[in-house]
Amino acid sequence: MSIKTSRRAFLKGAAATGAGLAATQAAAGTPDPLITELQDWASYTGIGVDEVPYGLPIEYESHVVRRNVEWLTASPISSINFTPIHALEGTITPQGCAFERHHSGAIELRKEDFRLMINGLVDRPLVFTYDDIERFPRENHVYFCECAANTGMEWAGAQLNGVQFTHGMVHNMEYTGVPLRTLLKEAGADISPDKWVYVEGADASSNGRSIPMEKALDDVLVAFKANGEALRLEHGYPVRLVVPGWEGNMWVKWLRRIEVVDRAVESREETSKYTDVYEDGTARKWTWVMDAKSVITSPSPQMPIKHGPGPLVVSGLAWSGHGQITRVDVSRDGGITWETARLGKQGDTKALTRFYLDIDWDGAPMLLQARAMDETGYVQPTKDELREARGENSVYHNNCIQTWYVNAEGIAENVEVS
Amino acid sequence: MSKSLNFLLPTVGGIALLGGIAIASMHRNSGEAQIALLRDRVAEVEAHAKNAGEKVKMAASRAEELQAEIAEVQAAAQERMAQTAVLTAPAPETDEPYGIGRPALTEEIAAWDVDVLPDGRGLPEGSGNAFDGEEVFAAKCASCHGDFAEGVDNWPVLAGGFDTLGDEDPVKTVGSYWPHLSTAWDYIHRSMPFGEAGTLTADETYAIVAYILYSNDLIDDEYELSHENLGEFEMYNKDGFVVDDRPELEYTKWRTEPCMENCKEEVEVTMRSVFLVETPPEGGSKSEMNQATLEALPTFTAAGPSFIPEAAPKPAVAEEAEPEATPAAVQPTEGVDLVAAGEKVFRKCKSCHQVGSGAKNRSGPVLTGIVGAPAGSVDGFKYSKAMASAGDAGLVWETSELDAFLADPKGYLKKTKMSFKGLDDEEDRAAVIAYLNSFE
Repeated sequence: MSIKTSRRAFLKGAAATGAGLAATQAAAGTPDPLITELQDWASYTGIGVDEVPYGLPIEYESHVVRRNVEWLTASPISSINFTPIHALEGTITPQGCAFERHHSGAIELRKEDFRLMINGLVDRPLVFTYDDIERFPRENHVYFCECAANTGMEWAGAQLNGVQFTHGMVHNMEYTGVPLRTLLKEAGADISPDKWVYVEGADASSNGRSIPMEKALDDVLVAFKANGEALRLEHGYPVRLVVPGWEGNMWVKWLRRIEVVDRAVESREETSKYTDVYEDGTARKWTWVMDAKSVITSPSPQMPIKHGPGPLVVSGLAWSGHGQITRVDVSRDGGITWETARLGKQGDTKALTRFYLDIDWDGAPMLLQARAMDETGYVQPTKDELREARGENSVYHNNCIQTWYVNAEGIAENVEVS
Repeated sequence: MSKSLNFLLPTVGGIALLGGIAIASMHRNSGEAQIALLRDRVAEVEAHAKNAGEKVKMAASRAEELQAEIAEVQAAAQERMAQTAVLTAPAPETDEPYGIGRPALTEEIAAWDVDVLPDGRGLPEGSGNAFDGEEVFAAKCASCHGDFAEGVDNWPVLAGGFDTLGDEDPVKTVGSYWPHLSTAWDYIHRSMPFGEAGTLTADETYAIVAYILYSNDLIDDEYELSHENLGEFEMYNKDGFVVDDRPELEYTKWRTEPCMENCKEEVEVTMRSVFLVETPPEGGSKSEMNQATLEALPTFTAAGPSFIPEAAPKPAVAEEAEPEATPAAVQPTEGVDLVAAGEKVFRKCKSCHQVGSGAKNRSGPVLTGIVGAPAGSVDGFKYSKAMASAGDAGLVWETSELDAFLADPKGYLKKTKMSFKGLDDEEDRAAVIAYLNSFE
């Protein structure tokens, strides 16, 4: 780091680099043929109604898709892909590009073949059909679903260059469903606080998780719609569990059984997986809550600044499993100075919140960071703080502050800072 | 335009302003008449003006009335809004059941309620030892987990790793990590083998679990594992877990007012992204190692970056890929239905086999071009001796041979590594062969 120039000098330089960026627009003074000439689309008629009975994004957006990183897992059937959060705005994730995680592949289960059993410590073991579920009073809530392994690769340092890959195991939908407590009461369940609810899926992995009764009675939903329409098959059609604020693995898809038990089952997914190993080799279990987290989605490695210096929208997402996001701070210098960002709107509890910092970028390199705070006053920690608290053996629950190095050309890269 | 769309036509409304300008024509031979005419005109105009004045007054008072009406409507709407807030409510709760659903039958509960608790509750009667288990494991598990539970490719390692949990890359196996043996029995019985879940008998499961314990040196090969002793079996790492203590250890520290200014003196980049990730238009991703060094990067202080790199190093940024031209529509041909049906059947094979462009050998070989190919001939795949020698002896995967193999793999070739139980349905076999044949 021997070259030192004054801030003034590099601002000049930055202005020069900015000049070449507007190449796609006609030079000033030359009339734009897109305006002065009659365009086909302004003359010929377009596509009629009914030509596409269920619309997909226009072909020009075909790069905005879920993507996986093949070498992360042994087989695409027991694997993960990532939401293109770099290219999305607002807070609701369209179902078609919301990340997938399957343990034995996504199954096709017809509503007619759906059965939900509730048994164990209940007065009346019951079987529900899909139609039965739709007869119980229902609620609508927006919640984020985050895989506990989101950002897990990054424990080992800056790894994957793209926010889709570092933070894309998250989605946010409006769910319609029946409160789990309604079904527990229907069966006359023993709902004393030392009891547990074991939930299980109908797919070959028969993923099962134990949920303490307090949570089961609180805000857990047996959901059958997302964003207004039926769940997609990859998200558990026709019925999945929604466990607000808690790790995605507990959101059992293709839900088939709810059992009231007197202790945690300690299934594979809550012992050998989804547990967090400390530095000394002991492990944390039952780490259900997803702590507050935020990340800047643009600019980011997949979303370079293309327009040069001047007005720049810094856009990002924040969420907390403990409730509402109350504040997000953004730093442009790697955490020396922080500015409080603008929240797009007050976020729903346990749902994604959009934040913005509207700046006049001077064209100088930046170390962009975001730091979320939630309604409990919890402040998103740095990577160093997390490592100090837990060591580096962990896989799950990495909610560290992410840094993007943005160079003078507007290109962003995943980095770690001192 | 259809009549039903008339509502889309702009409605014509508003006030038409009337104005008249009297233009008197001149009668050269009658000055008086002209004067009289002009007087009449003046009177007319005055009358008009008076009329107009009254209209304005009326309009003003009507406007006032409307204003009042609007205020009224708004007040009513606000009242309704206030009431709506009260009307928002969570789903109602009753103490009485709704009476929805039907009683679960004992047989149904028995079929689905098969989970096993750490104390062994839920285990069905049965037993097995490592000696028996070795054979079952070799047939049903080893293709992914290895003959000695050491794991193939990225598939889980089941044995060893003792005392590595404090290392940078802990080896978390059934032996070194799992706190309860019930978990292994429960998971294997319900969810394994991968792609054929739920097919193991209780005794097979006891034998497999015993073999895994044996591979971990936790029992000898004569130890008889059963429903009677499994719940009491003490695992190596039984005391290795603590219940989530983030509230005490972390939340106490991190629920605090954060620093906003001069939080550090200087910041430098200590690590750059290891993998540059390309996002090709066909989906997925391609990652390659980032060659960039830390040299070219500035340090940051409260005054900003120390310098602007002259030629900022460019990591290969994912191009916003131009969408590819739409692929030519697939011409419907004979057999397309069969191929489509075969694609569905192939899901049963997918846990081990890949086919088509970009396919790689997994725990089974790539199947692109397999129809008509000599047996045991896929490059880079480690076949069983049985399959390799069948190939050497001249076996070619003609449709009829494939059909026979797929009907009963182990019956067809006794020592094949393929643990798949086979496709009973002739149509399924024909479909999957047609599907495989659709890849060149």
